[in-house]
Amino acid sequence: MSPDPSSPAAEQAWFTAGDEPQLIGSRCASCGTYAFPAQTFSCPNPRCDSTTLETVPLSRRGRVWSFAVNHYAAPPPALSPDPFEPYAVAAVELDEERMVVLGRVAEGSDLAGLRIGQQMEIAVEPIIPGADESVWKWKPVAP
Amino acid sequence: MEAGGALSVGRVAVLGVGMHPWGKWGRNFAEYGVAAARSALADAGIEWTDVQFIAGGETVRNGYPGYVAGSTFAQALGWSGARVATSYAACASGAQAIDVARARILAGLCDVALVVGSDTTPKGFLAPSGGERRTDLDWLRFRLVGATNPTYFALYARRRMELYGETESDWAAVKVKNARHGLANPNARYRKETSVEEVLGSPIVSDPLRLLQICTTSDGGAAVVLTSLEYARSHGAVSPVTVAAVSTVTPTYPQTVIEMPYLATDSAAVAAPPERLFRDAIAAAAYEEAGLGPEDLSLAEVYDLSTALELDWYENIGLCKEGEAAKLLHDGDTTLGGRLPVNPSGGLACFGEAVPAQAIAQVCEVTWQLRGQAEGRQVANATVGLTINQGLFGHGSSVICVR
Repeated sequence: MSPDPSSPAAEQAWFTAGDEPQLIGSRCASCGTYAFPAQTFSCPNPRCDSTTLETVPLSRRGRVWSFAVNHYAAPPPALSPDPFEPYAVAAVELDEERMVVLGRVAEGSDLAGLRIGQQMEIAVEPIIPGADESVWKWKPVAP
Repeated sequence: MEAGGALSVGRVAVLGVGMHPWGKWGRNFAEYGVAAARSALADAGIEWTDVQFIAGGETVRNGYPGYVAGSTFAQALGWSGARVATSYAACASGAQAIDVARARILAGLCDVALVVGSDTTPKGFLAPSGGERRTDLDWLRFRLVGATNPTYFALYARRRMELYGETESDWAAVKVKNARHGLANPNARYRKETSVEEVLGSPIVSDPLRLLQICTTSDGGAAVVLTSLEYARSHGAVSPVTVAAVSTVTPTYPQTVIEMPYLATDSAAVAAPPERLFRDAIAAAAYEEAGLGPEDLSLAEVYDLSTALELDWYENIGLCKEGEAAKLLHDGDTTLGGRLPVNPSGGLACFGEAVPAQAIAQVCEVTWQLRGQAEGRQVANATVGLTINQGLFGHGSSVICVR
């Protein structure tokens, strides 16, 4: 698992690089629960007092829990293309980890075709076209 | 306390309430807070110098004076030596300040407390604090995902469409109702009727939500004077409105609904989801503390950040089963004159949000309703009112008042 150096936080990798990128979350060494972004110092399960948390790659695919299509530019520090184009944000539920992860929907996706329940997979792209900074996004999986 | 255990929570009196009208006035937040405080003190029939404890709701948009709102108000009213605290819990700040004041009174540490919240808000979307803060989820959600507040409201709204078959028109009917409720409210910012057609003709902000389905941000101030029951009686308040419950609960792990400003939910892979999701738990804790249930309510003031979210709250506070909120609305149950009016003040639809003042304003409205002083929007024979909202990062906020 090689962290992508363009990950958003300097000290902590959020996703792996390569053709099949994965989000990097944490799994508690004691109770096994997951978290994203990775927890580093204390297990989030209230019935577990472990401080040993392993970073693990998370499932690449999940299903849309809900989504929104934004028609106005978000204020800074959000990045927005000029001229502005509507963009979608999807909340996608990972089967194995049983958690919902937010992300922008990948560039070029058919926003009008988005549906709750559809399968999505992780992609890594510049936050907006031309940006230096990359981020994970959700890309519809062709049926 | 254990769930199901017998609770015996003492009550405090709401001796006075006051507000500075909501608007986009562009003045110093402390000015609204002081106006609201003076109004509440006059309503209570006491002097500022009678106040032993002042609790402020913090604003994060007005520099250091906002961070220490309690002392900012105390100085503006004139240093009196009163004890002070300031609370920040985002939209739940006001309820937390009320809870701190109530606790001091119930602990016997004071008899008279003043709770004040006010805000001056910028135009447009609420944005995170400045600087490059890559360990702050509120900063990261904007930077990485472009997830504005309405983005989260839209996620919840679309779930209602998917699960219950609700439509934009259903939500627009919430706006029409609240706009009508607020027409005669002197503290409301918007006092104008609207129609389903007008709502559906407004621009899409975060699909499926349009501009008129989302509340705006406002300037405003609200204050309450809380006292011990003995103090209230000694000041001639024979049957004052009392606070029967304040719920400031946090979520229970794993929180399986994506909440502002998080980028992910908790994982339910190991721990089973709790019996009650967060919004349900906020109401349940309030009911338990008050020893009351939804069947006892005369009215409710709920946080309609979006019109669809008002329908979520109907279900969260137990007015109906999941998925039946739109029917309750269309049947007129939650309209003034109906079985259980919701947001008789006009709600956020008519006010817009002044974050640290809003939960206090909800209590002001309930107090006026229970006293029979809500001119032009009075709920008949009101005896029990509930307020509810939640602050981002997991702050519950619900107050039940009775008379």
